[in-house]
Amino acid sequence: MTEPQVRSGRPGLERYYILTEGRAAPVGDASSLDVATLVVACSAPEPGIEPEQDAVLRWCRDPLSVAELGAHLELPFNILSVLLADLLNRGLVQARDPLAGTGDRGPDLTLLEEVLSGLQRL
Amino acid sequence: MDYNGFDRPAPPQRAEALHAESRSVKVMVAGGFGTGKTTMVGSVSEIVPLTTEETLTQASAGVDDLVGVADKKSTTVSLDFGRISLNEQLVLYLFGTPGQERFWFLWNGLFKGALGAVVLVDTRRLQSSFRAIEEMERLDVPFVIALNIFPDARDHPVEEVREALAVSPHTPIISCDARDRASSRDVLIALVRHIKERSAAALEPR
Ligand SMILES: Nc1nc2c(ncn2[C@@H]2O[C@H](COP(=O)(O)OP(=O)(O)OP(=O)(O)O)[C@@H](O)[C@H]2O)c(=O)[nH]1
Ligand SMILES: [Mg+2]
Repeated sequence: MTEPQVRSGRPGLERYYILTEGRAAPVGDASSLDVATLVVACSAPEPGIEPEQDAVLRWCRDPLSVAELGAHLELPFNILSVLLADLLNRGLVQARDPLAGTGDRGPDLTLLEEVLSGLQRL
Repeated sequence: MDYNGFDRPAPPQRAEALHAESRSVKVMVAGGFGTGKTTMVGSVSEIVPLTTEETLTQASAGVDDLVGVADKKSTTVSLDFGRISLNEQLVLYLFGTPGQERFWFLWNGLFKGALGAVVLVDTRRLQSSFRAIEEMERLDVPFVIALNIFPDARDHPVEEVREALAVSPHTPIISCDARDRASSRDVLIALVRHIKERSAAALEPR
């Protein structure tokens, strides 16, 4: 077996392995998670929850992107996706995918107008 | 055992908390190595720019993709990002892509769901952004080209650059200073206007 890569002050691959129970990728809802997906907690942390999941719930009292969560918790995207999949399946968090400029019904001009006026106010 | 602050009772109070009903949009900042992507993300962001990572293993990436990344079993791809609140309930996330484009595709769906992209170009070495432009065209992501003018760059007429980059006449090319907030904001405005025009054109009856 190779040495787990441990960077100073960061959890190593071993910890990731325990956290994800060896799963490499999330299944179900979270498989569509994007770095810009907003996550928001639906309930307060329960006793007995993994510390990382507890931290997710605390950070997400107000909506926060998956990217920000990853940065604050120092967890790589793939590991975080697995944690979030669990929390989603248990109904403890809600996820909102980023709004796209175009959808099945064509371009979303209202959204683009909203983005434009927001930028113009900067 | 130290789990990196997971034992902390609560995260620090964040002044810039998002509204409970917030939705997000995402915009990518692409371009060659050292063209100013991280600088642009930082100059318009309302939060201190952050970095998020993806750890790629041989299982998640084709082994071939990791050739040249030494003999690592895993490698890390970083995304710099910032945030702009557009209004009470809409927030824009701006992601600076890794300088090495071959890593983009190891990060699943990186460009999926993006409104569009800014491709930064250093006029002293146009070729460093060729690959980024090609990929935007291939992925059909709407984009604008932003010429990041470095001090020792000589004057490059836009049409000359357009020809050298071989981009369509419909693709806007603008000059900017990625270090400047207003200049970077103007690039984003140009991008959204371009996306709107593209959309309007697509809606027109033929
Ligand atoms: N003069 C000048 N310097 C700039 C400008 N934008 C960036 N720089 C400098 O150019 C260097 C590279 O900028 P970065 O923002 O790190 O570029 P990058 O595209 O993120 O680089 P990689 O991520 O390594 O590909 C830094 O030293 C910046 O300070 C600009 O508009 N004008
Ligand atoms: Mg950078």
